[in-house]
Amino acid sequence: MALSGMRGLSVFISDIRNCQNKEQERLRVDKELGNIRTRFKNEKASTPYEKKKYVWKILYIYMLGYDVDFGHMEAVSLISAPKYPEKQVGYIVTSCLLNENHDFLRLAINTVRNDIIGRNETFQCLALTLVGNIGGREFAESLAPDVQKLLITSSCRPLVRKKAALCLLRLYRKNPDVMNVDGWSDRMAQLLDERDLGVLTSSMSLLVALLSNNHEAYWSCLPKCVKVLERLARNQDVPQEYTYYGIPSPWLQVKTMRALQYFPTVEDPNTKRSLFEVLQRILMGTDVVKNVNKNNASHAVLFEALALVMHLDAEKEMMSQCVALLGKFIAVREPNIRYLGLENMTRMLMVTDVQDIIKRHQAQIITSLKDPDISIRRRALDLLYGMCDVSNAKEIVEEILQYLSSADFAMREELSLKAAILAEKFAPDLSWYVDVILQLIDKAGDFVSDDIWFRVVQFVTNNEDLQTYAALKVREYVDKPAIHETMVKLSAYILGEYSHLLARRPGCSPKEIFGIIHEKLPTVSTSTIPILLSTYAKILMHTQPPDPELQNQILAVFGKYGSCIDAEIQQRAVEYRALSRKGAALMDILAEMPKFPERQSALIRKAEDSEADTAEQSAIKLRAAQQQTSNALVVTDQRPANGTPSVGQLSLVKVPSVSNVDQNTAEQGVTQANGALTVVDPQPPSTPSADLLGDLLGPLTIEGLPSATVQPEPNLASGLEGGWNAAADALAIAPVEEQSNIVQPIGEIAERFHALCLKDSGVLYEDRYIQIGIKAEWRAQHGQLVLFLGNKNIAPLISVQALILPPSHLKMELSVVPETIPPRAQVQCPLEVINLRPSRDIAVLDFSYKFGTHVVNPKLRLPAVLNKFLQPIQVSPEEFFPQWRSLSGPPLKLQEVVRGVRPMPLVEMANLFNSFRLTVCPGLDPNPNNMVASTTNYSENTRAMLCLVSRFKKFVYCAFVFKAISVFYGEPHDGN
Amino acid sequence: MGIRFILMVNKQGQTRLAQYYEYLTLEERRALEGEIVRKCLARTEQQCSFVEHRNYKIVYRRYASLFFLVGVDNEENELAILEFIHLLVETMDRHFGNVCELDVMFHLEKAHFMLEEMVMNGCIVETSKANILSPIQLMDKAS
Repeated sequence: MALSGMRGLSVFISDIRNCQNKEQERLRVDKELGNIRTRFKNEKASTPYEKKKYVWKILYIYMLGYDVDFGHMEAVSLISAPKYPEKQVGYIVTSCLLNENHDFLRLAINTVRNDIIGRNETFQCLALTLVGNIGGREFAESLAPDVQKLLITSSCRPLVRKKAALCLLRLYRKNPDVMNVDGWSDRMAQLLDERDLGVLTSSMSLLVALLSNNHEAYWSCLPKCVKVLERLARNQDVPQEYTYYGIPSPWLQVKTMRALQYFPTVEDPNTKRSLFEVLQRILMGTDVVKNVNKNNASHAVLFEALALVMHLDAEKEMMSQCVALLGKFIAVREPNIRYLGLENMTRMLMVTDVQDIIKRHQAQIITSLKDPDISIRRRALDLLYGMCDVSNAKEIVEEILQYLSSADFAMREELSLKAAILAEKFAPDLSWYVDVILQLIDKAGDFVSDDIWFRVVQFVTNNEDLQTYAALKVREYVDKPAIHETMVKLSAYILGEYSHLLARRPGCSPKEIFGIIHEKLPTVSTSTIPILLSTYAKILMHTQPPDPELQNQILAVFGKYGSCIDAEIQQRAVEYRALSRKGAALMDILAEMPKFPERQSALIRKAEDSEADTAEQSAIKLRAAQQQTSNALVVTDQRPANGTPSVGQLSLVKVPSVSNVDQNTAEQGVTQANGALTVVDPQPPSTPSADLLGDLLGPLTIEGLPSATVQPEPNLASGLEGGWNAAADALAIAPVEEQSNIVQPIGEIAERFHALCLKDSGVLYEDRYIQIGIKAEWRAQHGQLVLFLGNKNIAPLISVQALILPPSHLKMELSVVPETIPPRAQVQCPLEVINLRPSRDIAVLDFSYKFGTHVVNPKLRLPAVLNKFLQPIQVSPEEFFPQWRSLSGPPLKLQEVVRGVRPMPLVEMANLFNSFRLTVCPGLDPNPNNMVASTTNYSENTRAMLCLVSRFKKFVYCAFVFKAISVFYGEPHDGN
Repeated sequence: MGIRFILMVNKQGQTRLAQYYEYLTLEERRALEGEIVRKCLARTEQQCSFVEHRNYKIVYRRYASLFFLVGVDNEENELAILEFIHLLVETMDRHFGNVCELDVMFHLEKAHFMLEEMVMNGCIVETSKANILSPIQLMDKAS
């Protein structure tokens, strides 16, 4: 026994336990560390036994949270001890104390390797565990082959092999190339035939990691996984030790079903039948039992089965069973099941067609939003957020708002962000949106980020209909006695811009507006004061005819802040005061803000970003990402597209002309201003900028002119313009930039096309206005494509045209493409393809649309290529060679030498062939450097044709395509 | 990658065992342990066994004075982990006979040996109690 022999350690632990407080504990620990340090210094005195004892103490101290900066060397050195007890301690403590980058670990690499390849099983296990837990890249490179050998050697005992499997998993994560071994997928499939459940459990984890990277290479494992599942769930064929409360290893069942979720579909009908049978058994046969552990374990399996059924999304019947089960779960008392019910229902949303059924449970879910348990509330909120659409947005957002006032602090930020996003995405009308955000700020101002109120400003600015309403609303809020500072900012901004629209209403005269806003000034922070000053300047400008009393009041405020210590405030005060003496010029400079350029909501983007950072995304998540569509609010631009920017430019140009500067200087001023502004905002104005604050207020700090009054007039104007509204400036220079830049595609079009030749769904084209996705299904010579045209903007895309230019061998029919794509909407356009005869020509999509004044017209190759009409087939040598030889020459037998191709290892080539739906037939050709593949080609005129291809050594690619009696052929022998 | 860490903590919040399967600095560990212990210990019996914290999900279970907290990623089956905790406890029971906080404290190395047989690199290796305990039994016999 390790510890009982170590009295000193027991004494130390008792001492620690008896410490009355943290301070005593620290003293005791310090004393012990001093003691150990002295012992280690005196190296001769420390025998392996002593080292072992001290190393445990160090681990103990480290666990308590104290930094230990020595003793690592001693722990590592124990690894080379000859005796098991010391060696074991060395291994365990090393893997607890060090990380993979620690230098000392390198010292041990040889010993570890010797232990792994040695004959002592217990040593092997220790070494494999260490590498499995903390092995880094260096280990991966030097140890992977040895570990692989251990795993697949059947004479090796299970206790070693199960550790080898997980060790390999670690090495694979450190360096994926280590698994790039010829035939590894077959070995993996064989491993799944394993009888020992320990080895099987570990191998399944390894498989999951491999699949998450590339499931294509492991199709042969799919039926094996189904067999494992059958063995456990149906036949209950496991040793007693591996049943847990009568359930055959629930963990392995769960893992196996997890692995199956990485395959997009189950093609083989027999496998599919077996799998669905097992799943059906799990769905129907799981009852609620009294024993907690048994109940949990069986529900663990059930929830995984639910996830798998949802992923496969194949059987209508089973899907509705799943929804029914989840509906039951979210209403049970047992909190764990309720939590998981909500969680899985959220996942279910990502699957098609169940939204309406889930909506039936809305009331129940809203109840969970008020559950005493925060974990459950979180899940309920997520689910409500996910299920929200135009039909129920009002109800859900109002629920969230209502709950906000009583919600705990930990959740308020999330709640307000979600409410804001939903309100924006699904608002039935804009005034409702404004109402929601104002309520949000009122109830949870602290949790409303700047992004949210910036967005309101954008909407109100861009929608004239909304301006009076918004001004009226904020006017109501400012009457409240204590309002949140965010509300002060927003209402000051809106009232500054639009309060003149209310002028005739009671309590809305410029004087009254000024009075009520100015009341707030003493309560706000320095970041808000500049906004208030701008508001005053606007009020001043709007008061026509001028009201001397109001003018004096406002000028007094400017005068007071003209000596403010905050540079930003001072600058504004000084500039506004100087400007207010300019009479008519004031009108132009302080004219209403022009419309904001179209941009994606920073909120939605933020939410999307935070969703996208999970490392290993499961298949279901990936699919959801593809399906996501949103119908966010539309900022309608009523002015003609080119009318808007001119307002901004006008104000820039006019200013100098009224000042007493000659025309030359004025023009210089303009160029300067433009130049300076480009520096301020180097991004093209309509790309979403990361920081909205930067857009609204940012340039103030960068562009601010500390002594604006002594600058020449044009510069004053530019500085002021920058200070007042940067967004307007960005807009003012917009035409210059946009005309010089044609809309650039995002990503390489050619690369996207090539990727789509190998897979069936993905993005075909993307630029900053539109994304064209494609999803295809191929059945023999028929192809069903769907083009997804997604408008990424908050303005409609117009004059959309899509024309297919098919090559002669394809018959293609595109359904009607709407001329306009509404903002943030996605349209689906089905496209039917029939392959008339095999050909390598490619169809082209001639696509065009208009956004604002730009016509964008990309010509895109469509991935309806030859290999899509192929169906892999396995051929025996008896079939292959006679048919091959029976063909003599073109057009049925073709030879092509492809030169200048990057040499490609055989494995990679085989993978490529497989992804082109050519079945590589290993062993068909006796020469291992030759590769033979076969497939069937489908076309309308020729029906199914067998196609044979072979490829030769020296990396010369020869494709022989023959067409004889509906047979394609490849030549197996060639001198070169 | 499954299990990120396993903690055993008493009801005063003192850590009795900590095993991490991803590297965190000591400061990060201290902060993390402090936060999640505070969160989990404050929960009542009627609440569920899962707590979301940063990008972890904590699956926890209480046995008398000892809390078992397992940090997993979002891709893990929560109930399977919950029962895995119970399997660990049953395994320790089989060895110590009705395990308690003191057993874990004074036989930290054994608790580590058991864990090492059950979890590796954040994945479950073994779920048969006999197989988990056999190396320890061999060692006991030898000494």
